Amino acid sequence: MPWDRNQMAARAAEELEDGMYVNLGIGIPTLVANYVGDKDITLQSENGMLGMGPFPFEGEEDPDLINAGKQTITELSRTSYFDSATSFGMIRGGKVAAAVLGGMEVSEKGDLANWMIPGKLVKGMGGAMDLVAGVGRVVVVMDHTNKHGDSKVLKECTLPLTGKGVVDRIITNLGVLDVTHKGLHIVECADGVTREDIINATEAKIV
Amino acid sequence: MKNFKGKEFILEEGIFADLSIVKAWKADDTGNLIFRKTARNFNPPAAMCGKICVAEVEEIVPRGSIDPDNIHLPGIYVHRLIQGEHEKRIEQRTVRKREEA
Repeated sequence: MPWDRNQMAARAAEELEDGMYVNLGIGIPTLVANYVGDKDITLQSENGMLGMGPFPFEGEEDPDLINAGKQTITELSRTSYFDSATSFGMIRGGKVAAAVLGGMEVSEKGDLANWMIPGKLVKGMGGAMDLVAGVGRVVVVMDHTNKHGDSKVLKECTLPLTGKGVVDRIITNLGVLDVTHKGLHIVECADGVTREDIINATEAKIV
Repeated sequence: MKNFKGKEFILEEGIFADLSIVKAWKADDTGNLIFRKTARNFNPPAAMCGKICVAEVEEIVPRGSIDPDNIHLPGIYVHRLIQGEHEKRIEQRTVRKREEA
């Protein structure tokens, strides 16, 4: 059985280590916060917050307290707030250890496309371009194929790029792949998924 | 494109706007601003790039009532103040259930 969204998020949480400052993207990456367990992780939100807490209890939502995906959140005892210049300063300055982001396409060279599809309405590219250029490690969590069954892990991305050669690891519903200078390397298969299943579902070269 | 220490970067000109409109939480009557939580976001940089900056605030307080150490944006960047009536809406309300806690 391929992993579901929560299993993918749980697997991504294993990438995070005690003491890390981490930025989580919108979608499945947001779920990663539910699986960090006892690890001391400080979450950064690029709209100006370090130390992001869980969703609020009903009735305790604060319109002035949201994450980059505009969801209501809470603060912790360690929380700090700052403006976008400081926020992107810490991202571009390499202070954030890792980012877990969603993806539309990833190439075998680690190129990432996750910000727009030509012809569709773009709300904004958000912080992804700065994140992939600045953080220590970039993990992309996404389905292995699109809704037509076509591989999202490609030789070359077809969509406009968010960053070139920036992805370190891809976690999909089928397993975990690392981007190496020779090509993609299968690190792990989801339960019941074989290497052959992954190779068959992948357009990119697997080494 | 500009090369810094062997890496290519895109160097862009800074933005100078004729008008910037920002939303803050509190202002004193000299235009010193305080924002609240993540609503600070890009309001300070946006305010700073405007030739004229209009700040809409929830409350205008007399000068001296904000600790100077707590001011997020000095009044030099702020040219007009509007005290608005605020119905504060939430775009994406996400909550957790009590029993999960």
